Amino acid sequence: MNDKITIKNLNFYYGEKHALKNINLPIKEKEITALIGPSGCGKTTFLRCLNRMHDLYPGNRYEGEILFDGRNILEKGLDLIKLRSKVGMVFQKPTPFPMSIYDNITFGLKLMGVKNKGELSSKVEKALKDSAIWDETKDRLHDSALSLSGGQQQRLCIARAIAVEPEVILMDEPCSALDPVATAKIEDLMTDIKKSYTVVIVTHNMQQAARVSEYTGFFMMGEVVEFDNTQKIFTAPTNKLTEDYITGRFG
Amino acid sequence: MTREAYHKSLNEVQNEVLLMGSMVGTALKDAMDALAKRDIEASKRIVKSDMLVNKKRFDIEEKCVRLIATQQPMAVDLRILFSIVNIITDLERIGDHAEGIAKISVSIGEEPLIKPLVDMPKMAEKAISMLERCMKAFIERDAETSRQICNEDDEVDAYYDAIYKELVLMMVESPKIIEDATYLIWAAHNIERIADRVTNIAERVVYMVTGKMEEMNVSKY
Repeated sequence: MNDKITIKNLNFYYGEKHALKNINLPIKEKEITALIGPSGCGKTTFLRCLNRMHDLYPGNRYEGEILFDGRNILEKGLDLIKLRSKVGMVFQKPTPFPMSIYDNITFGLKLMGVKNKGELSSKVEKALKDSAIWDETKDRLHDSALSLSGGQQQRLCIARAIAVEPEVILMDEPCSALDPVATAKIEDLMTDIKKSYTVVIVTHNMQQAARVSEYTGFFMMGEVVEFDNTQKIFTAPTNKLTEDYITGRFG
Repeated sequence: MTREAYHKSLNEVQNEVLLMGSMVGTALKDAMDALAKRDIEASKRIVKSDMLVNKKRFDIEEKCVRLIATQQPMAVDLRILFSIVNIITDLERIGDHAEGIAKISVSIGEEPLIKPLVDMPKMAEKAISMLERCMKAFIERDAETSRQICNEDDEVDAYYDAIYKELVLMMVESPKIIEDATYLIWAAHNIERIADRVTNIAERVVYMVTGKMEEMNVSKY
């Protein structure tokens, strides 16, 4: 598989704090890459670099390159709205907008200028189907999204992210607020959506990383300790630190 | 997130594997002694005590299953547990082979042996040494020694060849000893199989340490 994103010598600073140190990683196209590591290791910080979420706060600084299909997205003057439509994000807690299920999905589409009602409806249906939540919502599209269960809300957020047809989906602990059944549904869904999208997931649940991803990166203290295919990482990692972390000898 | 109780259980299981290794090693030593000394009562005791080895194997296997189900072991821990499940299967079979030698001794009965045992005790000693060093390598995570032990299987095979040829020659010369000579060939064959089982265990130790499955020394038999 090709590299969808190539990270070269990435450094990131929250003001004075050097949060990411010299990160070099490939993100493979249409595969799931999992990022694991102890709290505060930089994995979420890294994830948020990939759609430049840090730009929302002043004092943050990037160095190095993040090549998205070969183009450096850290360069000045980049259209961030366009970038974020290509790189969608799903957060730890479900974040449905306080509006109807239908409007949640059309929100981003309208921002992108889609006005035709027929087109909007068909895109809503496709996004909900692709997110495995269509059957549960098709009869109540105009109910409030807040009436859905936590697991359904999270799948709705995934539907909202994929409605605008991004190329990459970033997931920041998407299952940590969900019960095991809802978690299993999201994991199945991830396996489905990777046929069309490149997925990067941050997770504290190592079994989840082992189950869903093809590649795993282990972060510690702002550095990538080891990156390899997932099977290798979880059966015979090369680095002693990785081994000690995933077997629970520290962390 | 250090997991002390889990790692304590994991260590306990490994200690039990060592214990099982020493149980089957002792069974082989005792079986050879009883065979050489024509001690039928001791041979019968060895046959009976193989039950304890079988029970130990199930105990350890159950503990491994429980750890896998409840602790979701990863990386080296997962390799240790899977290796143990394989190792105890081989140890259990080594126990069966030692029991086999004791049964042969019972079958030979009160009769003196057709010849004093010369090579066979050396062969057994070699197999026991391989087993003991292999168990040490298991606990010390020593892949290099494990590889070395696999190569030593050739020496045991050479003993077997020599014993086999000698006994066949004796049978040709004196057909009335065919039954007892065949018993001794079986006994030697049991030791030969034990050494093969030790090489299986050594392969598991290498996997446990390196994460690579390697076939080491393929037995001639």
